[in-house]
Amino acid sequence: MAVLTIRDALNQALREEILRDEKVFVMGEEVAEYDGAYKVTRGLWKEFGDKRVVDTPITELGFAAVGVGAAMAGLRPVIEFMTWNFSILAADQIINHAAKMLYMSGGQFNVPIVFRGPNGSAYQVSSQHSQALEAFYANFPGLKVVMPSTAADAKGLLKSAIRDNNPVLFLEQERMYGNKGEVPDDDDFTIPLGLADVKREGTDCTIVARSMTVPLALQAAELMQKEFDVSVEVIDPRTIKPLDIDTIVTSVKKTNRLVVAEESHYFASVGAEISHQVMEHAFDYLDAPVKRLSTAEAPNPYAKNLEALALPDVAKIVAAVKEVCYL
Amino acid sequence: MPKTATSRKTEQKSEKASGNPSSETADSTGSSDFVDVELAKAEYLKRRKSQLESIKKTDKKLLREMLYQMVLGRIFEEKCAEVYRMGMIGGFCHLYIGQEAIAVGSMMALRPDDMVITAYRDHVQAMVKGMTPESVMAELYGKEGGCVKGKGGSMHMFSKEHQFYGGHGIVGGQIGVGTGMAYAAKYKGTDQVTLCFFGEAAVNQGMFHESLNMAELWKLPCIYICENNQYGMGTSQSRAMSASSIAKKADAFHMANEFVDGMDVMAVREATLRAIERARKDGSPTLLEIRAYRFMGHSMSDPGNYRTRDEIKKYQERDPIILFKDSLKESKVLSDKDFEQIEQEAIEAVDKALKFAEESPFPAESELYTDVYAD
Repeated sequence: MAVLTIRDALNQALREEILRDEKVFVMGEEVAEYDGAYKVTRGLWKEFGDKRVVDTPITELGFAAVGVGAAMAGLRPVIEFMTWNFSILAADQIINHAAKMLYMSGGQFNVPIVFRGPNGSAYQVSSQHSQALEAFYANFPGLKVVMPSTAADAKGLLKSAIRDNNPVLFLEQERMYGNKGEVPDDDDFTIPLGLADVKREGTDCTIVARSMTVPLALQAAELMQKEFDVSVEVIDPRTIKPLDIDTIVTSVKKTNRLVVAEESHYFASVGAEISHQVMEHAFDYLDAPVKRLSTAEAPNPYAKNLEALALPDVAKIVAAVKEVCYL
Repeated sequence: MPKTATSRKTEQKSEKASGNPSSETADSTGSSDFVDVELAKAEYLKRRKSQLESIKKTDKKLLREMLYQMVLGRIFEEKCAEVYRMGMIGGFCHLYIGQEAIAVGSMMALRPDDMVITAYRDHVQAMVKGMTPESVMAELYGKEGGCVKGKGGSMHMFSKEHQFYGGHGIVGGQIGVGTGMAYAAKYKGTDQVTLCFFGEAAVNQGMFHESLNMAELWKLPCIYICENNQYGMGTSQSRAMSASSIAKKADAFHMANEFVDGMDVMAVREATLRAIERARKDGSPTLLEIRAYRFMGHSMSDPGNYRTRDEIKKYQERDPIILFKDSLKESKVLSDKDFEQIEQEAIEAVDKALKFAEESPFPAESELYTDVYAD
């Protein structure tokens, strides 16, 4: 197995799918000649040219719509948002058009499209460039929402997303593009959407983490083992919608304790949904109230100290695990 | 694909395309007032001779079918108003009465494999594209036999079979989707064109400008048809748009454009044929501003307090069906007897559609959860 960064794993997935299916094309701001704002599309324009890798004007609503129309007419667009923050300009196309087209057309027009790009905070980019939007989009039937945390997951899930016949929102994390991991060499390697992954096995407490909080949760788990002899299981749902609640519930039935660590804001978050579903399916197994850890209920600040204060980190996750373990 | 489109000579083309004699009309008047009707009448009289000429050159069967589709659209919509008031149709219901020449004139210039997308005033477009009155009426009734199984209603008619990409409910949203359909045609190398309809109020949405920019930049075979019925819901164009000419907005993108009298079905047909030729030849897009007037309210719940009876009456004198009938009669293509027969056929088709809608069952409850995700 090759060791790749998440950035290169995504690049490989795009490249292989462009080669595999002539209906696949990549479109977005700076994806072609500039090689991608975050270099996820590096080299693709040089290799495949204007037809398959398309620079757009800065016109998010417009090119999201071009993607939706092209998908209805039989293509498989992969639309890059330079960051998901800018997808808000295109939310009408994602929510009012892509998500509802199959239903409104009585099953006639599906929209096989991937919208992808970095989600959540970067480094000190302040309020308008630091939002984690998965809960917002996951609320709407018709959309699938995917959030990988490792290079292998990034590749396998992106390939599945491109092959999926529905609109799939693929949320990456800018801070994680350089994270390395082993990736299977098979160019047909895919990971099904809707399948959680146990990133670390444990018996005393479950942490459900996704995207940026997965590596943090794994570090917190190591620390809990070393310093408190607490065995922590870390579960990454990988796909937010459809959510693999069974894997989470199975874990909670074993550990009896749950912490949900996420980068989005607290109110009405995916963590709230997971907590609720665990209550529904494993209420009698819980030995402590579910603890949720999110980004502060404030727009993300610029100042380094305030940003650190706002975001989840290892110490905060450790404190949360200790709380549900009554330590 | 886009790289090849960065250098073009569109200015000449744009001027040539907007050389329609009536484009002056759009410039000299700003609002939907009577002056516009008078000007439109004068322009129509000037054009009359050439219109009769083009009728002579057009296949008689096609002319009859065009009139039939206009009459069918009118009678269908009148029936909708009637049964809506009886409570048989729910939700929103936007009628096309007065605008029939636009759908018929433009869409009947298409090939069956050409694509069409429109906004929520979509019943007549759906039928002109080949969908049956039964499937449209049953959809209005929210029945299983509707074209989208009762899931869409008045605003969301679709047919993949007829390349009808839907009625859409968000003002301007479909302009970008239509642009994407044209993108797909170019990508796949078919020579299909896309007709993308929207109202004049949608022109104020960012989507209009974003779409036209991309379409000209990338040379997409999309024909943008602005159905200017002069009112966005209850707000007249003059109260919502700083510059009155919509056709001319295309100049900002170096896009070919024409202003067209939407009460003259032959003028609509010919402008569309010119646009289709440009689109098929080298993928050039066109913006057509087709000026019409809706004789009914914005929707069935419109109180109509923003315009006078006199204004409506002035426009009704230019009823596109009456104008077309006069020309057909003068050209000796059809007679009064033919008109009666056409009307009778349309009445029968609408009655049949109504019967089908009434008898079709409501969708099964299990349908609530089907078509949410594709396999």
